[in-house]
Amino acid sequence: MPTIIFIEPDGTEKQVGARVGQTVMEAAVQNGVKGIDADCGGSCSCATCHGYVDEAWQEKLEPADSMELDMLDFAYQRSEGSRLTCQIVVGEEMDGLMIRLPVSQA
Amino acid sequence: MLGCRHEITLIGEEPDLPYHRPPLSKKYVTSLTEAEGLYLKPKQLYESEHIELRLGCRIKSLNRLEKSVTLDDGATLPYDSLALATGATARRLPASIGGDATNVYTLRTLADARALRDEFAEGRRLLVIGGGYIGLETAAVARSLGMQVTLIEQAERILKRVASAETASYFRALHLQNGVVIREGVGLDGLELLAGRAVRARLDDGSQMDIDVVVAGIGVNPATELAERAGLAVVNGIVVDACGRTSDPSIYASGDCASFPYRGLHIRLESIQNAVDMADVVARSMLGEETRYLPTPWFWSDQYTTKLQIAGLHHGYNRVAVREAPRAGLSVWYFDDDRFLAVDAINDPKAFMTAKRWLMAGFNPGFDALADPSVELSAIPEFVLTPKNTTQEI
Ligand SMILES: Cc1cc2nc3c(=O)[nH]c(=O)nc-3n(C[C@H](O)[C@H](O)[C@H](O)COP(=O)(O)OP(=O)(O)OC[C@H]3O[C@@H](n4cnc5c(N)ncnc54)[C@H](O)[C@@H]3O)c2cc1C
Ligand code: FES
Repeated sequence: MPTIIFIEPDGTEKQVGARVGQTVMEAAVQNGVKGIDADCGGSCSCATCHGYVDEAWQEKLEPADSMELDMLDFAYQRSEGSRLTCQIVVGEEMDGLMIRLPVSQA
Repeated sequence: MLGCRHEITLIGEEPDLPYHRPPLSKKYVTSLTEAEGLYLKPKQLYESEHIELRLGCRIKSLNRLEKSVTLDDGATLPYDSLALATGATARRLPASIGGDATNVYTLRTLADARALRDEFAEGRRLLVIGGGYIGLETAAVARSLGMQVTLIEQAERILKRVASAETASYFRALHLQNGVVIREGVGLDGLELLAGRAVRARLDDGSQMDIDVVVAGIGVNPATELAERAGLAVVNGIVVDACGRTSDPSIYASGDCASFPYRGLHIRLESIQNAVDMADVVARSMLGEETRYLPTPWFWSDQYTTKLQIAGLHHGYNRVAVREAPRAGLSVWYFDDDRFLAVDAINDPKAFMTAKRWLMAGFNPGFDALADPSVELSAIPEFVLTPKNTTQEI
């Protein structure tokens, strides 16, 4: 079970055991991590599961597809490591992945 | 989370924790996703926020005089304020035409989707009744499982109530490409049953077909029975004001069941946007905050690998501007003369997000800008604001 580290909007660090095959968004929601709304339930339609992938990890993840990139263009305070967490599928190799969550999703 | 210090009890008839419904007609049926993957919040969160859950309990009656509700297990719970978020129930086919056969389904709940998972299998023959979003999504899911799918729509075309002919054409072509037989302007006369199961459908054009499973996606009715019996104002939904308050000042309503004021009318929406945003307003109103529900409606639908995203409401449109988009996509922009109303964005999140921003800001791009393919979306605000176009209302 890879451990994912979420930094909640107020700075609290939450370590979460994620299941391989679920999405990073699901791992966060199912463990009560604050800072993700995920209104569309993971369909890449709402951009309210936005998170910042830690620099050390940005290159290691599969890059975002063009639909996700277009959604991210409009996400609140997009930056370098911005991803929609519902589009990242948890793999064995993601142990230690760190994701910061934005102060607001809209 | 608004930091409420009152006691909160959440009563729901379904046994599962509150969950996302949209995946039920999308990936849930085909994937191995467990129900937990659909839950809005984990169980611990209700505990840590001191929300008492009474799941698998139906409210039988609402006693406004003594401010209490009675559950089907006999318990009576008092309230200071009450929010009705009873949603909607799927319309069923009448029993008189075979609607009570055991293999005739609707798709509203996790229980429905679980049953469909057992019925859906490669090679089986599915009849979908209704060419709205739920019917089309169900057809797509069934095709991806290798079922033989026929979809009938009684109106002259699919998506008649919810989208333009242009959007409907796109989705008709998509389904035809994927092997769905679509028959528009054709209704169901009746189902023939054998040992309780529907085995044959008679259509109103005189044709017949053998079937293994039927899914009816013929719309929903707002769940207003409780409110009606308690004497609250109900007109196509529980009538609320802009704060979400019903005709009884201690009772609020939100989501699919509520009819709220919007641009001089009372309307009801069936969408996640509406359920989430209106619940927020109702929660704030219940805590005494002054808020009003002024939504920017949005919706989405996933069929095969195609994504439709809608911003705004197209009701009252008299013309559309159609733009091509990457990934074989399309955007259809709805106007009432020159007033921008809504967009259907197919594989085009840029169009969707742009339109959503414009609608939230009250910005009107005008028809001409959208109808001109040489004008980029990102350039439209400047286009509209140039002196040439000063006559446009912004
Ligand atoms: C298959 C499907 C796909 C969808 N896809 C999309 C989509 O892609 N995008 C989108 O925006 N929207 C979609 N929707 C619509 C969206 O799911 C609904 O608008 C939303 O669920 C409405 O939320 P609600 O809380 O108002 O009502 P509901 O989700 O219907 O919840 C109401 C709950 O109240 C319970 N209840 C009712 N009466 C009582 C009672 N007397 N006592 C106790 N409990 C009671 C019901 O059992 C139910 O659990 C879809 C819906 C379905 C069914
Ligand atoms: S949950 Fe909606 S885009 Fe990720």
